[in-house]
Amino acid sequence: MILNPPRFCRAMKVRHDEPDIRFLKRNIMKRSFMPVLFAWLVLFSGSVSSLAIAQESSPASSEIMTMQEAMTSLIEGPWPEKKLAVDYLLKNGDPALLPQLEEFRSNTNRRVRRLIKPVINLLKNKAGLASPDKEDRRAAARDLGARGTPEALPILKHALSGEKEHWVRYDLEEAIHLLNLESADPQVQFASIQKLGDMRSAAALPILQDFANQRAGNLEQQALKDESEKASRRIQKWQDVTRGIEMLLQGLSLGSILLLMALGLAIVFGLMGVINMAHGEMMMIGAYATFVVQEGFRAYLGEHLFDYYFFLALPCAFFVAAFIGWILEGTLIRFLYGRPLETLLATWGVGLVLIQTARLIFGDLTAVQAPSWLRGGAQVVVGVQLPYNRLFIIFLALFCVAGIYILLFRTGIGLRVRAVLQNREMSACLGIPTRKLDAYTFAFGSGLAGLAGSALTLVGNVDPELGRNYIVDSFMVVVAGGVGKLAGTITAAFGIGTLNKLLEPGFGAVYGKVIILVLIILFLQVRPSGLFALKGRHLDS
Amino acid sequence: MGAGPAFWVVGVFLFAGVPLLNLLPDDSLFHVSDFTLNLLGKFFAFAILALGIDLIWGYTGVLSLGHGVFFGLGAYAMGMHLMLGIGTEGVYGNALPDFMVWNQVKELPWFWKPFYSLTFSLAAIVLVPMAAAAIFGFFVFRSRIRGVYFSIITQALALVAWLVFNRNETNLGGTNGLTDFKHIQGFSLNDPATQLVMYMVTILFLGLAYLLCRWITRSRAGRVLIAIRDCEQRVFFSGYSPASYKLFVFVISAGLAGLAGALYVPQVGIITPNQIGVLPSIEMVIWVAVGGRGTLSGAIIGAAGVNYMRSTLTNHFPELWPFFLGGLFIAVVMFFPKGIMGIFKKAYSMLPFGKSKIEKAAVTD
Repeated sequence: MILNPPRFCRAMKVRHDEPDIRFLKRNIMKRSFMPVLFAWLVLFSGSVSSLAIAQESSPASSEIMTMQEAMTSLIEGPWPEKKLAVDYLLKNGDPALLPQLEEFRSNTNRRVRRLIKPVINLLKNKAGLASPDKEDRRAAARDLGARGTPEALPILKHALSGEKEHWVRYDLEEAIHLLNLESADPQVQFASIQKLGDMRSAAALPILQDFANQRAGNLEQQALKDESEKASRRIQKWQDVTRGIEMLLQGLSLGSILLLMALGLAIVFGLMGVINMAHGEMMMIGAYATFVVQEGFRAYLGEHLFDYYFFLALPCAFFVAAFIGWILEGTLIRFLYGRPLETLLATWGVGLVLIQTARLIFGDLTAVQAPSWLRGGAQVVVGVQLPYNRLFIIFLALFCVAGIYILLFRTGIGLRVRAVLQNREMSACLGIPTRKLDAYTFAFGSGLAGLAGSALTLVGNVDPELGRNYIVDSFMVVVAGGVGKLAGTITAAFGIGTLNKLLEPGFGAVYGKVIILVLIILFLQVRPSGLFALKGRHLDS
Repeated sequence: MGAGPAFWVVGVFLFAGVPLLNLLPDDSLFHVSDFTLNLLGKFFAFAILALGIDLIWGYTGVLSLGHGVFFGLGAYAMGMHLMLGIGTEGVYGNALPDFMVWNQVKELPWFWKPFYSLTFSLAAIVLVPMAAAAIFGFFVFRSRIRGVYFSIITQALALVAWLVFNRNETNLGGTNGLTDFKHIQGFSLNDPATQLVMYMVTILFLGLAYLLCRWITRSRAGRVLIAIRDCEQRVFFSGYSPASYKLFVFVISAGLAGLAGALYVPQVGIITPNQIGVLPSIEMVIWVAVGGRGTLSGAIIGAAGVNYMRSTLTNHFPELWPFFLGGLFIAVVMFFPKGIMGIFKKAYSMLPFGKSKIEKAAVTD
């Protein structure tokens, strides 16, 4: 269908809808063909000549002189005049007319609405192409490529000549070539097919496959067909590659969420032998702290400052969660040292209480609005986008790892923490205040969970059971990574994150999880104390 | 408290006395309504499960947070048998269970077919959870995963089981689970008489389970279990294999959990994945903790007591129940590590005649 000029197809379709087609089919086909061909010739020559006129930039057309006149004849004139006006506006229209057109559209009948719809679409995208925001420009270019008409070509070419951004240029070129596919000139079509193949354009794939499946009438069409086949093969091959890249990126992003959560758990468990089942609820607290800060900004500061709330929300989440963790340690956990199973049960109880408290205060579901600079994403290669919020989480995780590394290995307090980790009694004998260190460590671990919760608001809703969804996974990370080793936790987090995303497309999320659990159990057969075990002489650690 | 007079007095009262109270006129002070009887049946089914958890946690010191899975396996096995018993009386009048008609399953899946047979179902109720526990336990205990690691792995098991049972394509009823049972061996499940018999069967099995656990804990193997709880290393160096003992007791307790699930289903009339997931699994542990771990009667008292409080509290103050449950977790760990039985014993030992007796019976803790 697309091998032929589109106008021809439309004309054929209209003819087919005639009621007595069953009886006079042959006749009508014969009779209708001539006028259609004629109309097509007229239209085509018309558009060529008007293109020439447009290039002269002085519309010497006898019927329509100015934009305003076109608008008037569109709104008030009879049907043929309306059509002419639409043609004129398609070529010379200005986005400034959009409000007027929209208003007209809402007041007119269906037939006219259909007539002016392409004008409105085109003008909207024309406005989009002139936008200072590159995402708007890209969206406009993509829209024109997907459902534009050949009239959009000069606009796109004009936009391309002034464009500097690489990915906007990509989208513009893609749109131009997509529109060229409908060209009447086989050579233009051929060049565009080649180019789209070069560009690995995903949008072109269905059209090219259509081309490739069509029956070729002559040599030229055969050449087009072959070229389309070649191009779509290239695009498909590239899509396989991008799918792999995308999976890796998603795995990285899931892994960094797991890492953020598991870091706090691993430190607390490694140092104090305490399994904190309320860790997920510390995340929930961090998420709600973020929510409260956001609401505060919205209520007391102007719209222009709203985008910066996240810079306050992150430390807030950290300190609120750390404070609650500190209280929890002081009132509950310090009485339970050396009884990990009991701590597990008690902290689970704390978690239940915290969840219900949050539910009573905040209700069931609240959403945090990501700041505008975290919306959208960065294009990595053709067909792969890395959303900014995921990127931010990855950076936050790396930042936390770096912070913990410096804290543990480059400061005096870190030295003491490591000493306690290796031998608590001996450190106590040497005058290290182990009790105080425990309290700090627990608060710090809870604070990390708060940060993780704050980051989670960027990718999902906030609800009281937010932490429950991730807690089992992060425990798996700690178990698989080995206790007390930062490297183990990092490797396990990214390993489990990536594995999760690798298994998901093939097996589904549920069976992916089943497989991961089985793999972890099997892995523990080989290395019972995780990836990186602390070396020591304890039989029971 | 052993299988002495107290056991028989309480046992006979629960088995025969309570049903007799059911026969009293409605306005009598001691009348036990059909509803209460049904509730009691449910609580004592849970008590069987609690006995199993007490064996593995209270006596052996291995905290399993995945017993909901074994409970669920037993419950689903029973549920599948009851489901097939509905026959063509379902909403769609099809021989297939309603949810399968709904999910456009044309033929009964192969693993459903044997459940037409009562004998097979009764065997599966205990053997399937035991087999699952044996496979899981073999790998986990073999690699010397213990302490909190074991708890975490079993919690993951509960999560995974919950996810799998929730899926529609596993043909286990999805989120809605199995429900709408009509009769058991020809007796209508809506008939109070059937429920009365179910209650008595539950009490009977509870008594048997108690005797089994008592026999295990009093045997030489039971001593080894307690020794493992108190110091696994010494047991290991004394030439025992802690892993085998732990596997044995894990499998037994899974079987008890399966039995509990099977008794639970006909009395409650529904089993869904939400009754076997992470949350219920950890709640089961708290029953034992509240009653007093390491004492068999404590497990029974805890299971019945906590569930009684649950059904009263959720009736009157539904939003307070999580606070109460959370508080129970904290309180039992912080203030009453030996649970209700611990408090009883302490009170008893304060009495002038109680002292010597307690010291004699203090083998368990």
